[in-house]
Amino acid sequence: MKLCITAKGESPDAQVEERFGRAPFFIFHDTEQDTYMAEANTFADAAGGVGPRSAQVLIDHGATVLVTGQLGGNARRALEGAGIEVYQAAAGSTVREAVAAYSENKLNRIL
Amino acid sequence: MKLVVASGKGGTGKSTFSANFAWSISRRRDVVLVDCDVEEPNLHLFFSGDMRESDVTVQVPVFDMERCDLCGKCGEFCRYGAIAVLPEKIMFFHDLCHACGGCRIVCPNEAISETERVIGKVWDAPVDEHLRLISGVLNEGEPNGIPVIMAAKEAAEGNDLIIYDSSPGTACPVIETIEGSDYVVLVTESTPFGLHDLKLATEVAQKLGVPAGVVINRSDGKDEETEAFCREAGLEIHMKIPFDREIARLQSRGDLFSVAMPEWQERFVELYEDICTRTGGAP
Repeated sequence: MKLCITAKGESPDAQVEERFGRAPFFIFHDTEQDTYMAEANTFADAAGGVGPRSAQVLIDHGATVLVTGQLGGNARRALEGAGIEVYQAAAGSTVREAVAAYSENKLNRIL
Repeated sequence: MKLVVASGKGGTGKSTFSANFAWSISRRRDVVLVDCDVEEPNLHLFFSGDMRESDVTVQVPVFDMERCDLCGKCGEFCRYGAIAVLPEKIMFFHDLCHACGGCRIVCPNEAISETERVIGKVWDAPVDEHLRLISGVLNEGEPNGIPVIMAAKEAAEGNDLIIYDSSPGTACPVIETIEGSDYVVLVTESTPFGLHDLKLATEVAQKLGVPAGVVINRSDGKDEETEAFCREAGLEIHMKIPFDREIARLQSRGDLFSVAMPEWQERFVELYEDICTRTGGAP
């Protein structure tokens, strides 16, 4: 299964970014292989429409779970339409910590 | 001739100026006044007249799911994020769509056609024999007023003298209003905020290559900083409208102060003639 975590940096030890569409990095975590792959968000500074475009990145990568802080309305619609589950990471946690918390069922599901 | 009334800062008196300016000139010649502040048009509050209403529409995509194979080219093309290509369907966000038509062109399966969506209105009202008011009105909740501004400007085309009342700010709606005009009147006020935004608006006019002059509204007589800036920037201060109780009283009732105070009619006409001299346009 593939998780996407929004992050402030490209390492798994970077902090989780609380904004979805404007997160600097999307980190994709493969739960079976236990690998992390970071992708810079090219829409982080775009004028608008970042929610659906970021959702499209997740869809294209085949992620089925998103861990982030909060979602805008358009992002929510796109993620919901794609059947992606969304969980809220604890404030200040790192990507690795958020993944651990997800696997222990400790995160709040927000979509 | 095409004149724009702009300000940068909101609430400096653009609409008050535009209404009185247009009405005063229209005592001498025909004028079309266009309210381009489509998010909150208000010039109609000064005038009465039966208006004709027409819809402003944009073309938005419709997806034929029989032909669509979810290849994703349309979503990839759309820089506004208006199309998400989901594993089993297309999701379209009409409020993000800029109606560019690109998705239809890039679709390799001819699965995209277009349909009209109403986003606003144009009101066209003859105020009297010499003055006509055209107002662009963006529907509530719509994020993009540019097509409505374009439609309002288009409705006024073909007339010799058009005055456009712009929205505040310095973003797309103001640029759309100023583009293609002959002169910009920047209405400012005697506050640090008025001056700050006047500087921004001046830059916009300069970038667009349209000459500009200034009107100081609600002047308290202490306009030294604004005057210094205008001197430096080479902007003529055409007029000062004082911070006056009688003007405020008339304005607050939705009346034109130039009607009740005829000396102002003369001043507005002189201002117009001055602009004609500067731009080489015919009075």
